[in-house]
Amino acid sequence: MDLSFSPEEEAFRAEVRQFLAEELPEDIARRNREGRELEKADMDRWHAILNARGWLAVTWPEEYGGTGWTPVQRHIFEEECARASAPRTLSFGLAMLGPVLIKFGTEAQKAELLPRILDGRDWWCQGYSEPGAGSDLAGLKTRAERDGDDYVINGQKTWTTLGQHANRIFCLVRTDPDAKKQAGISFVLADLDTPGIEMRPIRLIEGGHEVNEVFFTDARVPVANRVGEENQGWTIAKYLLTHERTNIAGVGFSIQAFENLCALSRKSRRNGRRMIDDPLFAARLARIEIDLEAMKITNLRMLSDATKNGQPGPESSMLKVKGTVIRQALNDLSRRALGPAAAPFPSEDLEGNAALVDPDQAANAARYFNNRKISIYGGSNEIQKNILAKTMLGL
Amino acid sequence: MDFEKTDDRRMLADSLDRFLADTYPIEHRNRVAYAAPFHDPERWAELAELGILHALVPEERGGFGGAGFDVFTVFESLGRALCPEPVLPALLVLRALMATEADLEPILSGTRRYALAVGEPDAPYDLDAIETTAARSGAGWTLTGRKSVVYGAQTADAILVVARDGDALGLYEIEGDAAERIDYGLIDGGGASDLFLDATPADLVLADAEAAIREALDWGRLALCAEAVGAMDAARDMMLDYMRQRTQFGRPIGSFQALQHRAVEMVTEIEQARSLTILAAARMDDPDRARHVSMAKNLIGRTTQLVAEESVQMQGGIAMTWEYPASHYAKRLTMIDTQLGDADWHLEQVMAALQAA
Repeated sequence: MDLSFSPEEEAFRAEVRQFLAEELPEDIARRNREGRELEKADMDRWHAILNARGWLAVTWPEEYGGTGWTPVQRHIFEEECARASAPRTLSFGLAMLGPVLIKFGTEAQKAELLPRILDGRDWWCQGYSEPGAGSDLAGLKTRAERDGDDYVINGQKTWTTLGQHANRIFCLVRTDPDAKKQAGISFVLADLDTPGIEMRPIRLIEGGHEVNEVFFTDARVPVANRVGEENQGWTIAKYLLTHERTNIAGVGFSIQAFENLCALSRKSRRNGRRMIDDPLFAARLARIEIDLEAMKITNLRMLSDATKNGQPGPESSMLKVKGTVIRQALNDLSRRALGPAAAPFPSEDLEGNAALVDPDQAANAARYFNNRKISIYGGSNEIQKNILAKTMLGL
Repeated sequence: MDFEKTDDRRMLADSLDRFLADTYPIEHRNRVAYAAPFHDPERWAELAELGILHALVPEERGGFGGAGFDVFTVFESLGRALCPEPVLPALLVLRALMATEADLEPILSGTRRYALAVGEPDAPYDLDAIETTAARSGAGWTLTGRKSVVYGAQTADAILVVARDGDALGLYEIEGDAAERIDYGLIDGGGASDLFLDATPADLVLADAEAAIREALDWGRLALCAEAVGAMDAARDMMLDYMRQRTQFGRPIGSFQALQHRAVEMVTEIEQARSLTILAAARMDDPDRARHVSMAKNLIGRTTQLVAEESVQMQGGIAMTWEYPASHYAKRLTMIDTQLGDADWHLEQVMAALQAA
């Protein structure tokens, strides 16, 4: 048993920390720290900085322009990024489509598309969920019919995150309506300016525009845009989802949120004492601290296993479930700790107005409401438990 | 970073697991754990020969271990087998005596047995509230007060008693039969005693012993956490086997989602509790040892009760029977919380650290 990082890993951490200190733009870090939405230009700028250093595609092998990092290095990088309030990189191209192309794409697809993800020419979005296919993703109905060298696509996708910034979409479509539900699905790529594709915003619970619905009406997409074999898309879909689920525990976010909450509760007063001295509040805070400390070690244990076995085991779903529960509990506590000051509706007028609200705490209730999503997306926590019961417990 | 046991500790765990599997099956365990002297003296001697007591103490004091992970290893195996041998009292005494020059060999060899008497009826956990007093008497001392639920006292040759001399807490030794004693068996197996000290003659072992006592208690807490981890692993395996085999409505009950999700939640919490026990074991020599131990013991307390109650509920009526081992695991897991500070008591320690920071 040895819980410490190796000297090489510590040196790597120092290198990452120095890089972030020198290269992370202060305005981006501040926006991120304050829980405000980042503009497309901000994300593009941050991606370009990481790409210039060769640190953008942390899960890709070096031959494709990735870092080739070990799981432990990736963990250290994420920890340091969270510590410095660096925004998360966009997962759609980097963590989802990239690994899919590397494993299932043709040489031509890899050569064309991977560099475009790295240099920011392509912003991908995800066409998975449909109004009638959420947790039961394989029940998707969007049809792609072969017509010469094209697929003609009809149907509707939804929950397309940041699709408003994207120029391309990867989709699961049904290419064989007569096959058993998982067997007739294919994975295709489409340009969003294709005639017949229309995107509409969905306004979320806290008022923000983060997700969209995408309508396909006789949209023609070249058959050459398919990744993998026809009707083998479900294999790819599952592969992508396991990538989506790793690092979803969000331990870095939780550490950050916990520290903010401690600072707030030492300042704010209740019943004639600091809030942190209120036993009811302190008990809640301490219980979350304990759960979070345990989560850090559980995360490291699984990283260590993943390094040994080459990939994360099914128990990584546990991290997703417990990690999201902890994050949501922290969001809830900080909303309560702020009291009525958490209530202001986020708007342009409020932005950066430190005279009105503590900028670190603005949009606090909005964040609480928005983060109810984290136990729903990427396979809801209930779906994760189904998976764990089968794969880990053999039930 | 490495979460595997070292070769030495794996060998220790293997031989201890094998020994317990061969000589301490659950039927034997239940026979000895619920009848005086509430353990098996022959097995005790054999366990000492195996070296499990030496593993609790560092080399310079005659042992061959003494690190957090050595204690973890021994108690995890004891917990898995639900072993009622009084190893915890031995650990508490050994770690307390490490603050003195005492020769530990008679204890390590298993030939001289001690118990540590700390808690009192109205103050099971708080050292500040200890009322037992020590008074000078000629060249020696006498002790007056009452100690409750002293583990292993009934078979102890001598008992170390924590008593107050003015503001200072000291550690005093009395003969095992020097005070009036009421011996009893425990609901979760094993035995304990209440001690009625009434000007009982005693020798001073360590004056100003508070720091040494606190440290010894933290070692005991780590041991209880590790014991709980081992017992929870065994209880979980038993429950999952049952869920795969037990058929109702024409299908295994493990195929029902209402049970599956609860099983997953239970297993997740066990892994979280294991993680904090590992962390505490790694921090036993650090200045923030006590905070890490309290974090672990709090989470263990929350988790053991969950595992005990849920495993009984999900296995149903069979787990309510004396014959089925799950019932005995449930009892031990529940009662472990109230030894050396329960979940609430340790939560307050963690709260105090947050408030002081």
